[in-house]
Amino acid sequence: MKYAYYPGCSGHGSSIEYEVSTRAVCDALKMDIVEIEDWNCCGSTPAHSISHELSGALAARNLLQAAKTGADCVITPCPSCSSNLKMAHWRMQKPAFKADVDSLLDEPTPANEQGGADLLETYSVLQVILENVGLEKIQSLVVKPLEGVKVVTYYGCLLSRPAHVAKFDDPNNPVSLDKILKALGAEVLPFALKTECCGAAMGIPDVNIPGSLSGRILETAKAVGAEAVVTACPLCHMNLDLRQRQAARVSKNKPFELPVFYFTQLLALAFGLPEEATRFDKLAVNPKPLLDKIAERRDARVMAALNEARKAAGVAS
Amino acid sequence: MNITRLDKARDLSFKRQVEEESGQNLSACYQCGKCTAGCPSAGVYDRQVSQIMRAVQMGLKEEALKNRSLWLCLSCSTCSSRCPNNIDVAAVMETLRSMARREGWVQDRPIETFWKSFLDTVKYTGRSYELGVMAGFMARTLRGWGNVEIAPKALQKNKMPFIPSVIQGREEVARIFQRYADKERS
Amino acid sequence: MKIGVFVCHCGSNIEATVDTATVAKIAQGYPDVVFAEDSMYTCSEPGQENIVQAIKKHGLDGVVVASCSPRMHEPTFRRTVERAGLNRYMFEMANIREHVSWIGRDREANTNKAAELVRLAVEKLRRNAPLYAKQFDITKRVLVIGGGVAGIQAALDAADSGIGVVMVERESTIGGKMAKLDKTFPTVDCSSCVLAPKMVDVAQNPNIVLYAHSEVESISGFVGNFTVKIRKRATYVDWTKCTGCGVCTEKCPEKNVPDTFNEGISNCRAINIPFPQAIPKKATINPDYCRKLKDGKCGVCSKVCTVGAIKYDMVDEIVEEKVGAIIAATGFDLIDWKSITEYGGGAYPDVITSLQYERMMSASGPTAGHIHRPSDHKEPKNIVFIQCVGSRDCSMGRPYCSGFCCMYTAKQAIMTKDHLPDTDAYVFYMDVRAPGKMYDEFTRRAQEEYGVQYIRGRVSAIQPTVRPDGSVGYIVRGADTLLGEQVEIDADMIVLAVGVEGSKGAGNLAEKLRISYDHFGFFMESHVKLRPVETNTAGVYLAGVCQGPKDIPASVAQGSAAAAKVMALFSKPKLENDPQVSMVDIKRCVACGKCIQVCPYQAIEEVEVRGQKKAHVIETVCQGCGVCTATCPQGAIQVAHFTDNQLLAEVNALCQF
Repeated sequence: MKYAYYPGCSGHGSSIEYEVSTRAVCDALKMDIVEIEDWNCCGSTPAHSISHELSGALAARNLLQAAKTGADCVITPCPSCSSNLKMAHWRMQKPAFKADVDSLLDEPTPANEQGGADLLETYSVLQVILENVGLEKIQSLVVKPLEGVKVVTYYGCLLSRPAHVAKFDDPNNPVSLDKILKALGAEVLPFALKTECCGAAMGIPDVNIPGSLSGRILETAKAVGAEAVVTACPLCHMNLDLRQRQAARVSKNKPFELPVFYFTQLLALAFGLPEEATRFDKLAVNPKPLLDKIAERRDARVMAALNEARKAAGVAS
Repeated sequence: MNITRLDKARDLSFKRQVEEESGQNLSACYQCGKCTAGCPSAGVYDRQVSQIMRAVQMGLKEEALKNRSLWLCLSCSTCSSRCPNNIDVAAVMETLRSMARREGWVQDRPIETFWKSFLDTVKYTGRSYELGVMAGFMARTLRGWGNVEIAPKALQKNKMPFIPSVIQGREEVARIFQRYADKERS
Repeated sequence: MKIGVFVCHCGSNIEATVDTATVAKIAQGYPDVVFAEDSMYTCSEPGQENIVQAIKKHGLDGVVVASCSPRMHEPTFRRTVERAGLNRYMFEMANIREHVSWIGRDREANTNKAAELVRLAVEKLRRNAPLYAKQFDITKRVLVIGGGVAGIQAALDAADSGIGVVMVERESTIGGKMAKLDKTFPTVDCSSCVLAPKMVDVAQNPNIVLYAHSEVESISGFVGNFTVKIRKRATYVDWTKCTGCGVCTEKCPEKNVPDTFNEGISNCRAINIPFPQAIPKKATINPDYCRKLKDGKCGVCSKVCTVGAIKYDMVDEIVEEKVGAIIAATGFDLIDWKSITEYGGGAYPDVITSLQYERMMSASGPTAGHIHRPSDHKEPKNIVFIQCVGSRDCSMGRPYCSGFCCMYTAKQAIMTKDHLPDTDAYVFYMDVRAPGKMYDEFTRRAQEEYGVQYIRGRVSAIQPTVRPDGSVGYIVRGADTLLGEQVEIDADMIVLAVGVEGSKGAGNLAEKLRISYDHFGFFMESHVKLRPVETNTAGVYLAGVCQGPKDIPASVAQGSAAAAKVMALFSKPKLENDPQVSMVDIKRCVACGKCIQVCPYQAIEEVEVRGQKKAHVIETVCQGCGVCTATCPQGAIQVAHFTDNQLLAEVNALCQF
């Protein structure tokens, strides 16, 4: 399986740690990945809010570029990007919509037998890691398990919605991240706000909306006893991490001081990859105390096992 | 008091148009309110999403299109995933947004300005450029100062590059925008 | 042969888009047709009289009626021609309503198509022959499957009329769902007080044989003569000895067995009697939990049983019963509410079903009638009821209204205020559906007299939260569509009014009964309006929710109706078979035995005719399905009234060019 990789704009800016850790993890999992050459922005929410055709055309150019790589499908870490690319692909199965999009492009998209666009399918990196690579492979690479660290998984809105287009996980109670985190040795707490919107689309125009929505998510995470939040979306991450103090202020809470990780960072950590692969230094909420705690628990566990072994050996001899 | 004379105000061609553009069957809505129940923006809406669905059902075009809610929608699709009748409510909202723009009934300029600022950076460089979006939006609207609060942290972590990344095919992307603009105008 | 054709207007149902006069005129040109006319309502009394007169006047020996589907009126017209002295099988029907007028608007095309269908019927009729039914005896006993209130009513009514009843119940006691209820609406009277005496009547009636903890294994035969195999599942207790004293259930050391009678809100022992009024009141061992059966260690119940009833080596037993009719009354189960993840999917201890709440309110239930939430056993201050959980929900594949949830929710809200006057009750509803006698008044009382807060709108999600005082609450986020706003309630407990569907295994039983069932596990009645108790299999009747959602009075009424149908059937000294069955042409039969293998009814046997082996059809068993005809390599088996010649004549009539 060869994957055409679409990093998404934020990967070069606000979510550099997601981008770096994703690539490192894909390498560790021996996935055959090639970046789409000269990819452009998918248009995100602004494009599809203004026009489906415009959004479709921006996505279509990427899918045409992706075809040049000779890959089997497109993957992207960002749910907003994957949602846009999937939606464009889905809408362009209708010949009329395809024609509308084609009229905005330099070269028209190729057609399939039904008259729809013949383009590569898009999947999130999360989906291919779970479904194509599999938990067994992941587990086999874990050298530093997460020692039962209590996390809640936060999926945001776009990863599995709308269900008829996303075709991945449960739109109301997704469990894909949970499975991966459990495989890494974390304790995943039940969390009812897994897919509650963080308000990302309004981040710049009105900080109060994401502030109060993210505040509620963080408040509940804290209330159920989470030591960290794990996410798979750069937009969610920005609201929960970079804007965490703002969220606390807007939602009238004390500072949460709750680290927010990308799931790929924790994969890299559990795989024992070097610091250049995890880039924890990029997180706004300092994760060091928690990471130290995990390390301590690991040391304690190893020591206990060693003592147990010594004792057993002592009895035998 | 404003009383709607249904026999006069009902415009079922509007309902059909929304159905056609969104691909959704509006008659399937039985007004249970589950979309409103889960909407993260309900608290700031001036017309709830279930009421907008009702307005479309009744063919009340102005009620459906002239409201701020369309522009405050976060496109999170919670409404769609909860609808017991499998209506993609978010797709209906998006269709209405697009129709409202065509009618010149945009009710929330700043948000539209944000979208345009975002798309401008895509138009000129081929990719979105966070600092550029923010600067463009703030300069045009004199709003969004809340973002300044996070700037120091973002800059400290080197998460907002000062120099945009520009792709080789930027002119190709610009042509997409140009063709779209030409089409809009005609 | 002299054939008469009658083309029906069916008021405007057919006439609006079919020119029936022209159809009649065209029909006059068909071979052997000596008389054809159109008529307003052929099925009406004057319409039928018209046919009788025409037969006499023109000496007809065959009749075609072009009208509606034969489902309803073929029997009507067969009786009509019989009245005029013809054999009932010298009649054919052309369906020009469902197949023509209701599905097309082009009058000219419809008229042509109707004429073609009449031609088909005429060609078939020209090859018909008189057929004569055989008579056979009836076993005048009835099998009632399911011992809920519908089945109990049917069994008691039938037994009272002197008919022997065999009742099969899957659980170890009869009583069904009604036995689990605390009170019933709209009178708020005690459910078990009205049900228990009927249950005792079942046990004491000499005409009723009860098999509890048993299931129907297989059914063969036909109306009047069914053979039923019943699997008596092992109870590991000899019920002929067990006195129901209950000592074993007190001494059993295995205490963590989910109590299914209490809907899982409490645990019981591995040997158990479901509730004090159980019928039969006998103990049953749950082999999944019994330590003796699992690990071979324990045996406490055996030691304490004073009558020596415990039998660890008991195995399932198959018994055979002969009956002449069957009443299915298998009831319902709840829609899979655990798949509704936005309501917690069963993960939140204080989100319970209405049936669980009912057990909680029951004085004989696990909390002795005290309402407290499962997680911390505290009295709830805010209870939210959510209606239409799973039902009226296309995304759950359950578009139908569950019928009685509005009423029991109102009852439970009222009961809540009775138990806990200081507790606030909220009800999220879409519509209040209360069309029964004194029903709407009841839901109004909940609101006006008891102050239950009704909120018109659905709930989007239930989200657990930890309150400042450390207690767990649940944020119920819904909409008030009348206010046009999103609303939230910090609730202590949530009661889900989960909709109903056909009981688990209903499809499987339907296959055994050879009756139809729908996507939701409900059995199909023979006609929605006019045959709501009958099925399409003769001698099989329906009672209660197994046919569709209904409340207790409606279930009881249908139970009585099913019993009345059985009485009518058994009032005949003998039954007649349908002569449309297979016949073997022994000159062609080579005794290959293929027909015997494929026959789903075991209706074909091998016999010797003048020293040669031949296939032979048992006429009273054959259902005329035609599988043997399609299988026979020699073309030696034909179904009477549907022979190859008749069918090919129909095809040729349509494909003339």
